[in-house]
Amino acid sequence: LLRCFGCVLRVVVLLEGEPLAVNVDLQTDATLQVDISDALSERDKVKFTVHTKSTLPNFKQNEFSVVRQHEEFIWLHDSFVENEEYAGYIIPPAPPRPDFDASREKLQKLGEGEGSMTKEEFTKMKQELEAEYLAIFKKTVAMHEVFLCRVAAHPVLRKDMNFHVFLEYNQDLSVRGKNKREKMEDFFKNVVKSADGVLVAGVKDVDDFFEHEKTFLLEYHNRVKDASSKSDRMIRSHKNAADDINRIASTLYTLGTQDSTDVCKFFLKVSELFEKTRKIEARVAADEDLKLADLLKYYLRESQAAKDLLYRRGRALVDYENANKALDKARAKNKDVLQAETSQQVCCQKFEKISESAKQELIDFKTRRVAAFRKNLVELAELELKHAKGNLQLLQSCVGVLKGDT
Amino acid sequence: MAASSRRNPPPLPGAENQDPLSEMAGEDSDEGEDIFVGNSNPVAEAFQPDTANGEEPADLFSEAETSTAVNSSITTSKSNGVHSDNENDLFAEVSVELSMENPSTTAKSSGAEFTPSLTLSATQPESMEQLEEEKDEDSFDMEVAVTNPEKIGDGMNAYMAYKVSTRTTLPMFRNRTFSVWRRFSDFLGLYEKLSVKHSLNGCIIPPPPEKSVVGMTKVKVGKDDSSSADFVERRRAALERYLQRVVCHPSLLQDPDVREFLERDELPRAVGTHTLSGAGFLKMINRASDAVSKMTIKISDSDAWFDNKLQEVESEELQLRKLHAVVDSLVNHRKELCGNTAVFAKSMAMLGNSEDNTALSRALSQLAEVEDKMETLHQEQAASDFFILAELLADYIRLLGAVRGCFEQRMKTWQRWQEAQSTLQKKREVEAKLLWANKPDKLQQAKEEITEWEGKVTQYERDFDRISVTVRKEFLRFEKQKSKDFKSQIVKYLESLLQSQQRHVKFWEAFLPEAKAIA
Repeated sequence: LLRCFGCVLRVVVLLEGEPLAVNVDLQTDATLQVDISDALSERDKVKFTVHTKSTLPNFKQNEFSVVRQHEEFIWLHDSFVENEEYAGYIIPPAPPRPDFDASREKLQKLGEGEGSMTKEEFTKMKQELEAEYLAIFKKTVAMHEVFLCRVAAHPVLRKDMNFHVFLEYNQDLSVRGKNKREKMEDFFKNVVKSADGVLVAGVKDVDDFFEHEKTFLLEYHNRVKDASSKSDRMIRSHKNAADDINRIASTLYTLGTQDSTDVCKFFLKVSELFEKTRKIEARVAADEDLKLADLLKYYLRESQAAKDLLYRRGRALVDYENANKALDKARAKNKDVLQAETSQQVCCQKFEKISESAKQELIDFKTRRVAAFRKNLVELAELELKHAKGNLQLLQSCVGVLKGDT
Repeated sequence: MAASSRRNPPPLPGAENQDPLSEMAGEDSDEGEDIFVGNSNPVAEAFQPDTANGEEPADLFSEAETSTAVNSSITTSKSNGVHSDNENDLFAEVSVELSMENPSTTAKSSGAEFTPSLTLSATQPESMEQLEEEKDEDSFDMEVAVTNPEKIGDGMNAYMAYKVSTRTTLPMFRNRTFSVWRRFSDFLGLYEKLSVKHSLNGCIIPPPPEKSVVGMTKVKVGKDDSSSADFVERRRAALERYLQRVVCHPSLLQDPDVREFLERDELPRAVGTHTLSGAGFLKMINRASDAVSKMTIKISDSDAWFDNKLQEVESEELQLRKLHAVVDSLVNHRKELCGNTAVFAKSMAMLGNSEDNTALSRALSQLAEVEDKMETLHQEQAASDFFILAELLADYIRLLGAVRGCFEQRMKTWQRWQEAQSTLQKKREVEAKLLWANKPDKLQQAKEEITEWEGKVTQYERDFDRISVTVRKEFLRFEKQKSKDFKSQIVKYLESLLQSQQRHVKFWEAFLPEAKAIA
């Protein structure tokens, strides 16, 4: 597995009704159930097997699977964003790109350092890295799955044509990644959008609810971003410390096997202890990652999506107000009145439609967020407790044995 | 020639009869080590009930058989002198003996100053109980502590002075408890003096803590931050351990320099350079030539014990260095974790503030508090990692270096003997030639030279035998101490981990209901 970038890592993701990612509280519905039943990592690419079960009439079969890659998920997401009809909804955030770079780097370094460590150390480290690789892999599968499930659970989005194509069309969607020019276009679009966003945000909203939401989301998003990056750093330090304990255990083991004196037996016992506590520490870091860091990351993306919704509404409001002004002007000049009137009506309808659905979406967002945090924080606390108690027991029994021996 | 266990020291007055006292002697060597391990005096623990005395010592000290055999002659002769001294002693019935483990060295170095110490004899059972109750009173031994670091002076000429306090019942000291102020160079000076005197005998001289220009400069300049406080604390603890090791080494304790160090109010400023003392200069030269000859000396020893042990020492030193490096890394990562946790806690608190659901907001603030507490735990843990584990390893890496030095000394002694033998051989050849050439006047000179060299050969051989005994004994003693030290320190470390986890559990238990209360 050392030549990992050339290897094929297959992960069969076992689902038992509940999605792997527990960041969102989703009602699963018999009419449309989507999950990722399998995934394959090949060189740079990950291939997801998207499995659908549906009673909806528009699908040819009741159960089917297709293979999709990350770019196709992005395509689907972007198609939602670009669709005017969905302006009033929080578009489920796109899953992040699968990133095995860090892991691959470590595996490479391990390969280079093979000569400088003992066979046991090497095997241990290799196992650690493989486990890490696997964990990242599972996470990326989970995140792609959550995206699909959110879409499937959304009353409007689930009916989207592109979505159905995505689920059913068993050929390559030929969605190439954006080329340089398109990426540049995107970049400028984002710049324009954020400048615009500032202007739009500056417009005070008549509606208290939205005004409050705007302020709230802005601050919340920033703080979640901060918390997310800080939690990542903290967890990384934790992992580093666990790695060190691993090396301590190995060295103690070497010391312990040099002789069969009292001290050596002592070292062996302590080495064993550290081996076990290290595993627990690593699990603590992994669980913190899953329950805390991932939670924050997810809500970072989703709060951004909510902000985008507010932006679209704000934009629609500005357009509406401009249309009103244009209408007044036209009436004053008595020129192109009909045109202005139609335009104004369109804007009005658009604005009201967005507002209506946005309100509900934002309320749902809050409910989902509170539920997700509750679930994850409770699970985090329970896991931390479990691990601390486990550690404690290990330490107590070891100290007992060691003291008894001397 | 070098037989392992039956080694007869140069004849000393006194019989070789084993009496009960000699067994005490063996026992006491154990007590020396107990002090080494920690300041508490486990005399009572090491102390065997009267009846068992006959059996136990043989058990415990099977390795130290040689030492008991050697000691017997000394102790019997000394005990008479000792008892009279002890009449004024508070614990006259319970007296303690520091066994003279290397009679030859003490005879050589202390000479007239030979001071016997108290003899521990379990004469009555009551005395044992008394011992147990008054164990804190230190019926035996020496307690030294290095405390109260104080900065004297200002700027680049400033230095840290440490209070060295001694509490003892040994009669060779003027008082029971006393303290003096010493600076770091004084400790180094002590080491130099002891090194010059004892290392040639094969004693393992405990090495002092290392100099540190950077660390000291910060302190001198007056940087009042936690890193200089850490540095000072680290140095203080290291100096204390150093002194404790010195005083529990039976022969070193007898050295007048040690006594002077502990007692004398003003110590002449030790000049750290070697070049001034004649012996030191010689030593420096020897060290240079050592480096070259070390690689070529290979003792054709019928006793493979020394070879094996040296190899063990070398490989152990390697492993300890590795371990030390990893523990260092752990300390750093924990400090990092500490910092990152603090930062994360603040961030969480902010997030809790913006959250508009009240229950969730409160839970997030609580989480922030838990993480804050975690930070404290991590900080304490890092300190533990460092002060207990890392320093233990650093100490032993240096000590193993000293042990290697010991073995090297023995090799040098052997080499000297071999060289003398070959010189003698050459002289004999010269004599043979002269006989054949019939030159009577030169013959006389040759014969004189032969006698001289024969004497040298005998002397050097005896030296070699003696140093072999010493090295072996020292090594065994060292191993015992090391074993105890490691065990106790590691257990202490694990206990600190344990406490940390207990608090871990408490913190999260407090948080869980808050999390569940989110609605």
